[in-house]
Amino acid sequence: MAQAGSIPIAETVVALAPSARGRLHTFMRRRSMVGFVMALPLIALIAGLVVYPALYAIYLSLLDKSMTRFVGWHNFVFLLNRATFRMVVFQSVLFAVSAVVAKAFIGFVLAHLMHAIPSRRQRFYRGLLLIPWVIPLALSTLGWWWLFDPTYSALNWLLNQLGLPSVSWLGQPGWARFCMILVNTWWGEPFFMIMYLAALKSVPEQLFEAAAIDGASGLQKLRYITLPMMRNVISLTVLFSLIVTFANFDIVRILTNGGPLNTTHIFATYAFQVGIQSGNIPLGAAVSLFMLPVLAIAAVFVLRGVTRRSQEAM
Amino acid sequence: MGSGQRITRRRALRLAAATGALPLVHIRTSHAAGRLSVGFWDHWVPQGNEVMAKQIAAWAEKNKVEVNFDRITSSGNKLLVTVAAEDQARTGHDVLSFPTWEVQNHHAKLEPMDDVVGRLEAKYGALDPFYQYLGKVDGHWMAVPASSGSQYKGPCARLDLFREHCGIDLPAMYPARAEHTALSDTWTFETFLKAAAASKKIGKPFGIGLGTTADSVDTSGSIFASFGAQFVDAKGAITIKSDATRAALEYMKRLVPELPQDVYSFDDAIDNRMLIGDQTTLIYNPPSAWAVALRDAPKVAAQCWSFPTPAGPAGRFIPMNIFQFGVWSFSRNKTAGKELIEYLMQREQVQQRCNVVYGFDIPPFDSMLDFDVWEKAGPPPGTLYNYPLRPFHKANRWITGLPAPPQIAVQIYNQALTCNLIAKVTQGGLPIEKAIAWAENELEGYMG
Repeated sequence: MAQAGSIPIAETVVALAPSARGRLHTFMRRRSMVGFVMALPLIALIAGLVVYPALYAIYLSLLDKSMTRFVGWHNFVFLLNRATFRMVVFQSVLFAVSAVVAKAFIGFVLAHLMHAIPSRRQRFYRGLLLIPWVIPLALSTLGWWWLFDPTYSALNWLLNQLGLPSVSWLGQPGWARFCMILVNTWWGEPFFMIMYLAALKSVPEQLFEAAAIDGASGLQKLRYITLPMMRNVISLTVLFSLIVTFANFDIVRILTNGGPLNTTHIFATYAFQVGIQSGNIPLGAAVSLFMLPVLAIAAVFVLRGVTRRSQEAM
Repeated sequence: MGSGQRITRRRALRLAAATGALPLVHIRTSHAAGRLSVGFWDHWVPQGNEVMAKQIAAWAEKNKVEVNFDRITSSGNKLLVTVAAEDQARTGHDVLSFPTWEVQNHHAKLEPMDDVVGRLEAKYGALDPFYQYLGKVDGHWMAVPASSGSQYKGPCARLDLFREHCGIDLPAMYPARAEHTALSDTWTFETFLKAAAASKKIGKPFGIGLGTTADSVDTSGSIFASFGAQFVDAKGAITIKSDATRAALEYMKRLVPELPQDVYSFDDAIDNRMLIGDQTTLIYNPPSAWAVALRDAPKVAAQCWSFPTPAGPAGRFIPMNIFQFGVWSFSRNKTAGKELIEYLMQREQVQQRCNVVYGFDIPPFDSMLDFDVWEKAGPPPGTLYNYPLRPFHKANRWITGLPAPPQIAVQIYNQALTCNLIAKVTQGGLPIEKAIAWAENELEGYMG
């Protein structure tokens, strides 16, 4: 209870409350601000676990081996002058591009086949095809390794049963590279399939019906309806997959450890070998950052294209 | 299953948390002398960990220190990654076990251990220069050579197959007693080659690899050393272009056709599986393969015999990998860390641990070679007597990369230069001179 001479607290609160509540109300009515506040935990997480480590990696790549002296671009220039590193660049590009193209093609074909299956049975096959993507990659790669194993290869046993000679799956540079790409394709193709299937399902059926009335062939429907309608999804899946495949580590590490003759090393495995195993963290950081500018530029262009097409469609 | 035993989500989570905490041993005492966090290599023989935990607990109890003991596996390079992460973060364990090269890689953040090593050397004798090479920086010991996990990787062969098909009586050549035999002088790389050819003929080729993992690198490095080939000398000069290197490569051109077809994709497990699966007459390995065979293939185990590597023109070089106990300079309880390490390296403790791991662990002090575990291990009796390097073996400890300065040697080792050089010649068909020129170029890159 307010006594005579004392500050009329209740009245003050009543007097202030409408404006404070009003400001809060106005603030909360701004959708962008609410969105920002709600996304803040995620932003903090990304800043802590992605942005900071990335900036720290850039900082490390500019130091000397003992991490006490700033050497600028020296580590990058040094790497470019090494034949082994140039081979790693070639192999990383070969590995990523071949695997992504194969995944995109197989995913595209599978998505179309899946789309043609009646929806009740489709669920079963869809689940089946997703298995490679669901199993932890390190585990499934171990399974593949047993198939390629030099001494007890199950694939070689099959070949021998057919009267064919054994293949040195992981011991010959050509075969070893093929095995890397094969395992990555097997693992990543379900991602493409499921994305393409979702995109296919969103294409209005009326477009195909109208095209059929106009006498369009299957190939024409694919070229003039399906592909343009899926363009954004294709661009995004290829971009994401390219980034993830360039950063792959498990497959090479488990199957060949970079051998034979360094012919299967890719950025991540080579960075580990140079940085962690050989104790040169700055050089390892430089190896791992090498594709960053190329992928960043590719991402900007792809995402800009996606945004432009989305705005045109609206 | 009754309703009382239903696995609820909460129970499953509790179980998972308990399982995750299993490798952690928390040793509580009144901890008047503070706390200590210790991370040691997770031994392949589980009893090794149990005895280690008991020894740490006993020390903690006596010294009133609260110790947290983690066992860190080397599988998937977890120990290596832990060391690198703690170095970067400047926090983590107080005491860690450092695999072969890691003391040299992280010496700037390690506490000098001259006092501890000094007292141990005074008690048990001087350490071999091999340990100084891996543990000393600028004249200071930066870690203490440990027994747990330290191992030789010499040959382990089949007695019966060697006798029958290679004409070599292994116990006669290397008997289970302190004796140098004239027969052991005939154990050269020429004899080795003949035995490899005989083994290939019966479909059980030598399980020696030329892959990129440690076993392959250790074996190939010791072969180069036996021929006197040095890739880089102790001062850091590239010395690979030599007659010794050429001779080693000429030899490998003769040896590789007698090895399995897939030598270039060997990893560290294939040779073990070949021995246990009765697919080979000889591998280069510590007794872990024999120990697994004891359990899984007792008939094979009963025919295994460990002995030194063959001699080349420059001598006999036995591959060795070691672990060292170190204390981070950012540790908050360095004194306790050092005391614990010193306690663990006392003869009684070393012997206790060595006994339970079938003699796998090699003590760094030669005065400890009189442990009877290597004499008693079997079957066959005496199979491990010649596993540790003994004076009458007239052999040297070796690590691929020696005698190059460690920061160069670690790259020779981890980038498998020895194996790749051999593969350039034997698989890639490169003339020896061109292959050496390629390796020379690689070495120039390691100098940067």
